[in-house]
Amino acid sequence: MSELEIRGLRVTFDGFTAVDGVDLDVAPGDLRFLIGPNGAGKTTLVDAVTGLVKAEGSAKFGGAELLGRPVHRIARSGIGRTFQTATVFEELTVLQNLDIAAGAGRSRWTMLRRRKDVPEAVAQAMETVGLTDLADSPAGTLAHGQKQWLEIGMLLVQDVKLLLLDEPVAGMSHDERQATGELLQRISEERTVVVIEHDMDFMRSFARSVSVLHAGKVLSEGTVAQVQADPKVQEVYLGHVEDTAVVQEA
Amino acid sequence: MNVLKGRSVRAWAGFAGAAVLLFAIAPLALSDFRLGLLAKYLCTAMVAVGICLAWGRGGLLTLGQGVFFGLGGYAMAMHLKIADAGPGNLPDFMQLYGTATELPWWWKPFENPAFALAATVLLPMAVAALLGLFIFRRRVKGAYFAILSQALAAALAIWLIGQQATTGGTNGLTDIQGFFGYSLDDPVNQRMVYFVIAAALLLLMAIARQLINSRYGELLVAVRDSEERVRFLGYDPANVKLVAYVVAAGMAGLAGALFVPAVGIISPALIGIVPSIEFVIGAAVGGRASLVGAVLGAIAVAWAKTALSEEFPAAWTYFQGLLFIVALAFLPGGLASLAVLVRRRKAVERKTAVIPVGEAA
Repeated sequence: MSELEIRGLRVTFDGFTAVDGVDLDVAPGDLRFLIGPNGAGKTTLVDAVTGLVKAEGSAKFGGAELLGRPVHRIARSGIGRTFQTATVFEELTVLQNLDIAAGAGRSRWTMLRRRKDVPEAVAQAMETVGLTDLADSPAGTLAHGQKQWLEIGMLLVQDVKLLLLDEPVAGMSHDERQATGELLQRISEERTVVVIEHDMDFMRSFARSVSVLHAGKVLSEGTVAQVQADPKVQEVYLGHVEDTAVVQEA
Repeated sequence: MNVLKGRSVRAWAGFAGAAVLLFAIAPLALSDFRLGLLAKYLCTAMVAVGICLAWGRGGLLTLGQGVFFGLGGYAMAMHLKIADAGPGNLPDFMQLYGTATELPWWWKPFENPAFALAATVLLPMAVAALLGLFIFRRRVKGAYFAILSQALAAALAIWLIGQQATTGGTNGLTDIQGFFGYSLDDPVNQRMVYFVIAAALLLLMAIARQLINSRYGELLVAVRDSEERVRFLGYDPANVKLVAYVVAAGMAGLAGALFVPAVGIISPALIGIVPSIEFVIGAAVGGRASLVGAVLGAIAVAWAKTALSEEFPAAWTYFQGLLFIVALAFLPGGLASLAVLVRRRKAVERKTAVIPVGEAA
C-alpha cells in the first residue's frame, strides 16, 4: 500500500489563497479525518489532489507526482473520490453504475459487447455496501444514504488505493451513519481512506487520525484526543458557535 | 437475465416486422411515386439513427448533421455525374458554367466507384473525427457545441454555393440519370434503390442497437448525465463522445449518399441550416433516446412536411418550429416516452397485484 505525501500545497483563485502551504502525510491503512471550519480549504485540497483545480507544490501518491496530470489519469493511478452531493448515474441501474466504475481498463472489444454476467469485483462491492438486492434498480430511485454507499462501492470496484470522501454522511440518519462508519473502517483495512467531515460525533467514533485545517493551513494533527486537547483547535472552534462540540467534549 | 432475453426476442420480432413492412407491404401498397417519397423519408430516418445515438444517448445536440449528409451526398453525386458524362467528358454543368477543360483534381478520385462509395461513409467520419477531437478535447459542450455544429452546416452550404464552376453552386448536382449502370428513369431500378435504402436503414438500426446495449452504450449515457463523474472513474469522456459523433456522421453520410439516387439531386439547400434542424426535429418528436422512436419520428415529420406543405406551404415552417419547441419543452423524451410511461404503469399495476395482502401491510 502506498502513502499520500503532500508538501507545500498552494491553491489560489484570482488572488484568494484557498490552500496555503499544506503539508500532509497519510500512512497506508489510515482512516484520516480532515476537519475544519467552512472555508478552511478541505474540499479544495481534495480537488487539487484529484486534478480538478491547479495547484503549486507537490502531492505524491506512492512516490508518483500527481499535480499537473489530467483527472482521468490520476483516477487510473488508484485515487478515487466522492463529492458532497452524491453523483451517481441516475438513469443507470446500480449494477450498471458499478460495472462502469470497474471498466476503465477494458479493451475496445469488450466495450462494444453487452455485459453478459456480473463481474466478480462488482458482486463483491455490492455485497460490501449492501446493495445486492437493489442491483437492477435505477440509481435515481435510491435513498440518499444508499447513493452515497453506491458511490463508495464504485470506488471499491475501481480498486482505488486511496479514497477521498467529501462529507459522506451528510444528511444520513443515525443508523446510516453508524453503518457507513463501520463500512469505512472495514475498507481502511486494505486501503487508505481520507474523510472530510463536519460531524464531530461521527469523527470521534470512527477516526483513526485527524488533521484540522484552518484558513488553508494545517492547524493541528494527531489522534482524536490529541487534537481535541490542542488549545489552537479550541480557539478556532470557539469562534464558530455551531462547531463547539469538540471543545465541550474536551 | 430473463429480462434481457425477453428484450432481445422483442427486438427480433420488431426487426422482422419492420422488414416485412418495408420489403413486402410498402412496395405492394404504394404507388411508384409514393414509394419514391418513402425512400426519401427513410434516408432522413437513417440520419435520425445517428442522432439518436449522439444526441439521445450521448447528449450531443448535433444541429449540423447536414454537413455529413452533404459530404456523403456530394461524394456519391460526383461519381454519378462523372459516370453520366461518360469517359473523357465533363459533367454537364461544368461545360455550362466552367472554363475548365478537364476535371478538377479533387473530382478525379471520385471517378473510381469503389473510392466514391467508401468516401460516402469514410469522408464524413474522418471530418467528424477531426472536428470532434478539437471540440471535445477543448470541452466545448451544450449550446456551444450545437451552435458550432450549426455554423459548420452554414459554412459548407455557403462554400458550395460560391464554387459554382466545380460544385454546381446553388443548383447543386442535378439531373442524375444513372446509378452504377442502371438507369434511374426505370421504375424497376427506382424500386431497387428503395430496397437498398430500406436494407441500409435496418442495418444501421441493428448497429445502433448493438452500440446502445453494449457496455459502451451504458458508458455513453453515463457521460451524458455526468461527464465529470466519468472522468473521476478513469475514463476520458472526450473519446467516448467522439465515437458516438463519428458513428453518427458516418450514418448521415450513408443517408446522403443513398438520398442522391432516390431523389436525383443534392444541393446546398438540402444540407444547410434548415435541413440540419429538420433532421433533429424528427428525432426529437419521436423520442431522441429511443431508436424506434427517433426513426418513426423522422419518417412521420418528413411525411407531414410533404403532406402539409402541399396544402399550406407558408404555414409548414411555423408549424415545424412549434413542433420542435413543444416536443422539447413538454415532452423531452418524445412520443416514445409516452409508450414507456404506459408500459411502466402496467408493470406497477402487475407488481401491486402480485403482492399478498399480509406482505403489503
